[in-house]
Amino acid sequence: MSKSRKLGRLVGVMLALSMVATACGGDSSSDELTPIKLQLQWVAQSQFAGYYAAVDQGFYEDEGLDVTILEGAVEIVPQQVLASGGAEFAISWVPKVLASREEGVDIVNIAQVFQRSPTLQVSWADDNISSPNDWVGKKVGNWGFGNELEMVAALVKFGIVDQVEQVPQNFDMNGLLNREIDAAEAMIYNEYAQLLETVNEETGELYQPSDFTYVSYEDIGTAMLQDAVWARADWLPDNEDTAEKFLRASFRGWIYCRDNFDACVDIVLQNGTTLGTSHQQWQLNEINNIIWPSPDGIGIVNQGSWDQTVQTSIDSGFISGAPTGTVFRTDIAQKVLDDLADDGVDVIGSGFTKRTVTLVEGGE
Amino acid sequence: MVAGAVDTWTEGRRLPQWLRSTLWFVAILGFLLLMWEGYKFLWTEMGWSWPVRPINRSMPHTWDIVDALFSPARRGGSDILLVILGEAALFTLREAVLGFVIGAIVGFFLAVVFVRSPLAERSLMPYVVASQTVPIIAIAPMVVLWAGRNDWPQWIAVAFISSYLTFFPVTINALRGLQSPPPTASELMRSYAATPNQELRKLLVPAALPYIFTALKISATASVIGAIIGELPAGLPNGLGRVLLRFASSFSSAPEKLFAAVIVSALAGIVFVAAISLAERMIVRARPEVFQAEPESLSVATHRGIA
Repeated sequence: MSKSRKLGRLVGVMLALSMVATACGGDSSSDELTPIKLQLQWVAQSQFAGYYAAVDQGFYEDEGLDVTILEGAVEIVPQQVLASGGAEFAISWVPKVLASREEGVDIVNIAQVFQRSPTLQVSWADDNISSPNDWVGKKVGNWGFGNELEMVAALVKFGIVDQVEQVPQNFDMNGLLNREIDAAEAMIYNEYAQLLETVNEETGELYQPSDFTYVSYEDIGTAMLQDAVWARADWLPDNEDTAEKFLRASFRGWIYCRDNFDACVDIVLQNGTTLGTSHQQWQLNEINNIIWPSPDGIGIVNQGSWDQTVQTSIDSGFISGAPTGTVFRTDIAQKVLDDLADDGVDVIGSGFTKRTVTLVEGGE
Repeated sequence: MVAGAVDTWTEGRRLPQWLRSTLWFVAILGFLLLMWEGYKFLWTEMGWSWPVRPINRSMPHTWDIVDALFSPARRGGSDILLVILGEAALFTLREAVLGFVIGAIVGFFLAVVFVRSPLAERSLMPYVVASQTVPIIAIAPMVVLWAGRNDWPQWIAVAFISSYLTFFPVTINALRGLQSPPPTASELMRSYAATPNQELRKLLVPAALPYIFTALKISATASVIGAIIGELPAGLPNGLGRVLLRFASSFSSAPEKLFAAVIVSALAGIVFVAAISLAERMIVRARPEVFQAEPESLSVATHRGIA
């Protein structure tokens, strides 16, 4: 008797725990709007500000879309989520998709949002590294997972593949700061800023841009096209209207972030209490600089950049040959741009200039 | 030495048990902090850099970590980091508790099946063991993708990932506990014409409870770890997994925040284990005469559970 009461109490405790576990939750549904999911390639930050602004400012709602942004995550590949029907749109890099296409993932670039490459290879100023030729005999770091392509292509282009030591690199910058890596991969909008948010323990002040030099892949001609909007090839024909609406709202989001810098940073900051203000300011400033000006209008693929991306992917051995079939379309984006231009919206941003962002310790 | 002094002092005054353990806890904490700062000081003085450089970028001062906990997480932010981490810990604990419950039920069920059928034990046990040799980071993305396709809330998927880590210790320890009564006890039950269910309820389960609680404490910590790992591929923004991910990537410029997050993650596990201990005291210790657990076999079970 007493034993079964004990068992009963055990079950009771279990039930109580499970009720606590399930008590919260629940979701809201929207009326009359078309539900759309957008898969990002990393967690919420200014890199994706335009999409968050389009949600926050109701631009998607204006188009009759209820857009849910799926943040990127560890081990989750956006083009695979897209291909498996987990999202209608995804953000991914062109070379990574080219590789996925060779594995049978048939998705199409409908808007090339980032016009230029933000990838750098950063070194200490006192190492006097100003070109890939100076990497000879040095340790060159990269993150792997396809993030190393521009660097590998540079090694091929400069004919120094066998003369540098490629080393794996963490997502923090301690490898460079501890001088375990001579040239570290860094995005100008993220890891490069982290260097400038770190205190130099010798001076007690933050590190300055003059403490470092970098090689920009945009400058040396092995840059690749990065963040673009992708949709499934078999989904697109019946949903061009939805794609058009999605792009119109997304472009308006990016234009909003260009013209309303501080408000846009605030929108990004609402998506994570641990995001640092000055770091996200720096990031949006640099992202804007990657997008604007867009010579042919935001989202239009530049054929020269595209060809360079394909050639670089082949040269670095990432893909086996030029992709076949339709990999990118500009017609949907062009239609949206024509509409927006008719309304007097600046879709090129030729007057864009970078602002000055002051970083603080830890990017707070 | 510090700890010894505390002990003598408490012995003399006959302080209550809870106060003694609290003092011990504080003394050990103080000792650890002293070790940390002592390492930094000595290694800096001697110019050593192995195994860890004593610089603030790798090993922030303990007071900087505490300061970070009580400062706003960002410029102009309204909440201090401790509050933000506390909310993240609650979110993660919710996943962990559900995963723990699922894992405990499945684990116990398997143990009962195994004790009833030695054939099932022999044929299924290798798979149960094999399940734990598959790295959780290989399984987590799959579970997340399946859940996503079936429109389950992501945190439920994370709970399942967590349960994957929690069922195993329960199965192993519960099985050992269910097998622990001497044959004579079972024979006595049968001589009273007890059905197998009665034998299970009145003899085997009560005998297994101390073993099960040992397993539950192991599972409680494992469930928090499982939840944190599961949040990473799930892309959940609200839990400790995301916080740890963000602070790990800004480790160079704000290492104290990562350490603060690690401390709160550990606290989440400690709170969970403490809750299990409390439940154990309510259920098992309330009637100690029923349980004549042999310390030796208990410790064997514990080691097995950990292994």
